[in-house]
Amino acid sequence: MTESAAALEVRAIACRRGPALLFSKLDFDVFPGELLCVRGPNGCGKTTLLRCVTGLTRPDEGRIAWLGQPVSSDPARFRGDIAYAGHLPGLKDDLTTEENLEFALRLRDAPVDRAAMAAALEDVGLAKRRRLPARRLSAGQRRRIGLARLALDPAKLWVLDEPLTALDDAGQAYFVGLLDAHLAKGGLALIATHHDLRPPSGSVRELRWAS
Amino acid sequence: MGLVTASARGSYSGGFSWAMGRDLRLAWRHPDEAVLTLAFFALVASLFPLGVGAEPQLLARIGPGVIWVGALLAAFLALPAMFSQDFADGSLEQMTLSPHPALGWAAGKVVSHWIVSGLPITLLSPFIGLQYGLTPDTLLVEALSLAIGTPVLSLLGGACAALSLGARGGGMLLALLALPLFVPVLIFGAGAAEAQATGMSSQPHLMLLGAALIGALVGLPAAIVGAVRIAVD
Repeated sequence: MTESAAALEVRAIACRRGPALLFSKLDFDVFPGELLCVRGPNGCGKTTLLRCVTGLTRPDEGRIAWLGQPVSSDPARFRGDIAYAGHLPGLKDDLTTEENLEFALRLRDAPVDRAAMAAALEDVGLAKRRRLPARRLSAGQRRRIGLARLALDPAKLWVLDEPLTALDDAGQAYFVGLLDAHLAKGGLALIATHHDLRPPSGSVRELRWAS
Repeated sequence: MGLVTASARGSYSGGFSWAMGRDLRLAWRHPDEAVLTLAFFALVASLFPLGVGAEPQLLARIGPGVIWVGALLAAFLALPAMFSQDFADGSLEQMTLSPHPALGWAAGKVVSHWIVSGLPITLLSPFIGLQYGLTPDTLLVEALSLAIGTPVLSLLGGACAALSLGARGGGMLLALLALPLFVPVLIFGAGAAEAQATGMSSQPHLMLLGAALIGALVGLPAAIVGAVRIAVD
């Protein structure tokens, strides 16, 4: 793969929600090591755009290619390469922190390494709470389980919807560090956020809705 | 470039064991749900003698059908939990985006649902049958018909539960969708035990039930996956 090839190519994508046209004829590329921030006012369609890229929502028009291949030709491969985190955390209240992380990784077909899991939970500050059921965690702590998952998931493309919600300053700083390491490895990120994300390495571009 | 590393590919068995392991562990954390299903089954089946009178001949006559209706209602009771929580907490989104093929985890969810609802109902049914004075071979055929029939209920119910996700008044819609579809299973299931009780062969009924199970196994997991995709869209 050459440096100039975009890993993710989105062409002429359009999505309607009921009578409202959220976006149409939208083209963008994301290159290895690049972060694309999606910005815009509430309700403009950022979440829908992210879901269209992952394939959760079917766009009305348009094509998406991953590593030069149309996603539709091998959707399972594309799914193996995406880590998606939406507004819903996908955690089970009755499972412990550790179990939630383990099942999340197994669902991603990512390697489950006890030592690495313990280290990741330590890094996000949940080492002492790893045997607590998720229902006893605060909103920010639940978000931190998601951060531990991102740290251990080898996915190349991160598609994250407001990843900084409910995180304190330390949590936000930890996330920026994770993102920086991901981009430095040649990973890609597509993030909808209202925050100003400035990872030191990796280039940042913006996709902004005109208001 | 990190991009040259291999992608996660997933497998049917990976998705199956993931869903089964997780759902069974969740059920184990909250055994009350499975116990309530069983208690409901026992209660419904015990109400009939109080309603129709405790005449032994009458009870032996209606026993197989009553047990099947009780089993069907109890299996129905456990249905909404199959997908609604995964839908509400975002797990279904993550499952849809998993590299594991969706048929794997869908099958795993149905099997674990059957293990906590259909299987205990089947095992309990001979004891309920004793209350109705059913003969040992009728009890056996009753349990056998439940063992073949309740997986069909779990599969059919799973497809209906997935279809009713996100609809307002989902529980009522689920009843309207699922209960009519359960009717053939009820007819052949109760028919098998009744035929045995009246001295005829139960084999045709059991074979039809078996055919329904094979058909359900082939077609319904894909229907569940399709309905889940629509629900998370």
